[in-house]
Amino acid sequence: MAQMSARAQARYNAMAAAARRQRRLQTMLPWLVIFGMFGVWEIGCTVFKVPEFILPAPSDIYRAAVRWWYPLLQDSLVTLYATMAGFGLAIVAGVLLGVAIGSSTLVYKGLYPLLIAFNSIPKVAVVPVLIIWFGIGTLPAIITAFLISFFPIVVNVATGIATVEPELKDVLRALGARPRDIIIKVGLPRAMPYFFASLKIAVTVAFVGAIIAESVAPNAGIGRLMMVASSRFDVPLVFAGLITTGLMGIVLYWIAEVIEKRTTGWATRGTDQNLATGG
Amino acid sequence: MTRPFVEIDQVAMRYGGVDGTLALEGCSMNVGLGEFVAVVGPSGCGKSTLMRLVTGLWPATEGNVVVAGSEVDGPLTIAGMAFQAPTLLPWRRILANVMLPLEVTPQHRDKLSRERAMYEAKARELLRLVGLEGFDKKFPYQLSGGMQQRTSLCRALIHDPALLMLDEPFSALDVFTREDLWAVLQNVWMTKKPTVILVTHDLREATYLADRVLVMSSRPGRIIAERRVDLPRPRTLETTYTAEFQDLVHDLRGYIAAARSGEEVVV
Repeated sequence: MAQMSARAQARYNAMAAAARRQRRLQTMLPWLVIFGMFGVWEIGCTVFKVPEFILPAPSDIYRAAVRWWYPLLQDSLVTLYATMAGFGLAIVAGVLLGVAIGSSTLVYKGLYPLLIAFNSIPKVAVVPVLIIWFGIGTLPAIITAFLISFFPIVVNVATGIATVEPELKDVLRALGARPRDIIIKVGLPRAMPYFFASLKIAVTVAFVGAIIAESVAPNAGIGRLMMVASSRFDVPLVFAGLITTGLMGIVLYWIAEVIEKRTTGWATRGTDQNLATGG
Repeated sequence: MTRPFVEIDQVAMRYGGVDGTLALEGCSMNVGLGEFVAVVGPSGCGKSTLMRLVTGLWPATEGNVVVAGSEVDGPLTIAGMAFQAPTLLPWRRILANVMLPLEVTPQHRDKLSRERAMYEAKARELLRLVGLEGFDKKFPYQLSGGMQQRTSLCRALIHDPALLMLDEPFSALDVFTREDLWAVLQNVWMTKKPTVILVTHDLREATYLADRVLVMSSRPGRIIAERRVDLPRPRTLETTYTAEFQDLVHDLRGYIAAARSGEEVVV
């Protein structure tokens, strides 16, 4: 850089500054969009005098959330517990089944059609059956969260393992590697980016599953809170419940993403480094 | 006379059942212990099939493959392989990539944890031999294509394979890098003296590196010609501009042309 002419230096500085502005805008943008949405919503409700029981303004929702903060918190924790329990089971079962399907054509041919059929069943329809089997409680919510979230994990892990390069398999087989060695040394690490990508989807749909079960069989959880609130026409509280759910979804997604970045940085290199780091 | 290290006798290979493609037919060749043999041929002649038969990855439809005195009836554990693509593991650093074979070969996997320091020193020594000193902590994506291919070569050599199988290892590289790696490979071979079978379609590469060049016919492949290369070693880039070298390449080119047009060659 010592040999750079004044013009080149100026141009370099301008480009670096532009890159910095771009990055700052990228971090700000989600917040701008969210606050913008709430702003428009608030103004719209005030200007058009929308009744509170049709669409409450964000300020009404905020007041409801503050007033009912304790039940909101309690029910959120119940839902979070059901979600995480179902999601945890889905990870264990999904990885095991994904490895089996990805490494054996026989298992793939045998199980895949059934899995597809199973995944096409709307989980709302399964909840009543679960209630007949397990009664009203947290268990149907956990199982629904599990059922809805394990399919993406299976598919992604299986894809990662099934797409190991044949040459690499040859290299290892010519060394006397057993099929198990190939899965452990190559298949599993290779499937990790797919696995984490699926976790981000799975964790959000696990939430949906838990809340569906809670709404169909109101016992506890944020789903029940919203059902009760809507039966009393307490629409601001319903919305407070919805927003709480969304927040929890974002936080879980974000945690999954942080873990992904830490563990499989090798797979996403290049997408988040640009001019500033390259210069 | 001692027995050749690799004996391939009247081997045929057909893919996909009785009506499938016949990749090899009546293919015979011998490779002596410590010999460097190159197999050249028109594209699609079954060179890569030959590689997989010798290493026991696939069984031959007909004929026998004998390596080190015993018939091949399953994957060998004494072979090192390198391919056109470096096939490095992107999540492992270079040193760990080179050491991958040690974790799976039956001879080394149990000793690895006890003698890790010794094995790591050996991997670093290999990296130095191919000119990659100081790159052991990098990830594959931080290396150029040629450097990745050097790493792949180290991985093929780390467990001291008696047999090194190279399937067009340099064909994805630019000419200058390729010529550098010829010297690297020759140096490795002269240091460690493994038996090498190099499959390539680059006649200069075959002539530069091999003791003997075998020419395959077009599909179904068999060996139709053989040339001994008696040029003194170590060969250098200068060697490739000598009349003797040029004549050899010219002859080989003639065989390839004949093989492509399907004529019988009289040697």
